[in-house]
Amino acid sequence: MAWTRKDLVSMQDIEAAEISDLLDTAESMKEIATREIKKVPTLRGKTVVNLFYENSTRTRTSFEIAGKWLSADVINFSASGSSAEKGESFLDTARNIEAMSPDVVVVRHKAAGGPALLARHLKCSVVNAGDGAHEHPTQALLDLLTIREKKGHLEGLNVTIVGDITHSRVARSNIYGMRKMGMTVTVAGPPTLIPPACQEMGVKVSHRLEEAIAHADVIMMLRLQHERMTGGFIPSLREYSRVWGLGLDRLQHCRPDVLIMHPGPVNRGVEISPEVADSPYSVILDQVTNGVAVRMAVLYLLAGGKAA
Amino acid sequence: MSVREKAEVLDAAGLDRALTRIGHEIVEQAGGADLALVGIKTRGETLARRIADKIEGIEGWRPAVGALDITLYRDDLGSRAEQPQVRSTEIPFPLKGITVVLVDDVLFTGRTIRAAMDALMDLGRPRVIRLAVLIDRGHRELPIRPDYIGKNLPTSRKETVAVMLKEHDGQDRVVIQEPEETESSGAQAGREAAARPRRTLRKGREE
Repeated sequence: MAWTRKDLVSMQDIEAAEISDLLDTAESMKEIATREIKKVPTLRGKTVVNLFYENSTRTRTSFEIAGKWLSADVINFSASGSSAEKGESFLDTARNIEAMSPDVVVVRHKAAGGPALLARHLKCSVVNAGDGAHEHPTQALLDLLTIREKKGHLEGLNVTIVGDITHSRVARSNIYGMRKMGMTVTVAGPPTLIPPACQEMGVKVSHRLEEAIAHADVIMMLRLQHERMTGGFIPSLREYSRVWGLGLDRLQHCRPDVLIMHPGPVNRGVEISPEVADSPYSVILDQVTNGVAVRMAVLYLLAGGKAA
Repeated sequence: MSVREKAEVLDAAGLDRALTRIGHEIVEQAGGADLALVGIKTRGETLARRIADKIEGIEGWRPAVGALDITLYRDDLGSRAEQPQVRSTEIPFPLKGITVVLVDDVLFTGRTIRAAMDALMDLGRPRVIRLAVLIDRGHRELPIRPDYIGKNLPTSRKETVAVMLKEHDGQDRVVIQEPEETESSGAQAGREAAARPRRTLRKGREE
């Protein structure tokens, strides 16, 4: 089906056919990364603005590389040291940037709904690069691409997401996306870090790691989002790591073809042991590679064919 | 807009003969050394494979075959209502110093070939690029000329040329189609064609 959306704000909004389309496009984009000269002229003359109100290295760099490989001009704007510090509102800053005629604004904001607000007010395309604990759609898409690539399909797979579900936009976007693609999702973690309304999203909940990962085709480990935690969610890091960390001992009870994923940044020795992170089961770096391809696909679909 | 078939241009045997002849001509001109056929997706890729089969039958060796998707190099991306699907480019051999024969089904405005040449250049520096097309229907908008032609076919702009191949369409034949309209006189149709926004990359059939 043809892509007709102006923005990519959430996985909740988009349909399974659109996800498949996006993944197919991203798969084609991967070839460009293997070239000696990594550049195609597709988005020549288009401008992509990275508007980041929260720290990011992976996602911002990934969008920047994706834009540059497609020949777009990519401008990075980070809130620190900008007019945002001088008291300008979010919307005013965005409107000022829009006055410079960008084609796509990639936005990360600590407030859930920030990108959706911009999408409503700006005429250019808006991509959500993470909004608070709400959604991070391109991360979910690159996870789906990685799984599809390794497993050959998505439908029917069992995925277990482990850790801080409450504060994770990655978990939320993945749950929406995976459910739409016909996958079974189990979330596992201490009760304090599993949102009570989780079952309404169509996932199973488990409070025992061994049980949750025994039959999983894919295990996705999440980082504790200390920056979003407002109270005492866990007794201590050491205790958390002992109960919820994935080490080689626990990996032995998993399926022999299990994939271990992590959206990064990895806290080695907390949620995942270094041996597991570097094991052949781990596809953590494939996720990063696929991130560029997915973002190229997103930029292409949003800016590439827009009516002039 | 519905279309009706105006005439059959090539049947299965004619199409096969045309590919055999192109195969002979390519070998005659390129000799044996470092030859690759690169088909432009989708039907060009199929034709490139078939020409490679012909050359293998004639010469006993098979040229390398690749496939090129030119979507990312199109010059009309910003002016279309929706984005064409990006397919993958598969050229698993170095292009440097070799003779590349681009293969496509229908040569029309030449814009696809312009995009294909840019795409090839980004992948390497071939010694020579030549062009083989099954049908040359005229109406060039760029200074591009094919080296090997299956059939020259004078057409009007409002007609379309549909190349059907067994692998995609279940049969091998080439037909001219025209829009289903009854009353318009030739002069009026000409004016309509001039007024209509040009769909520059349209050649055989819409993918």
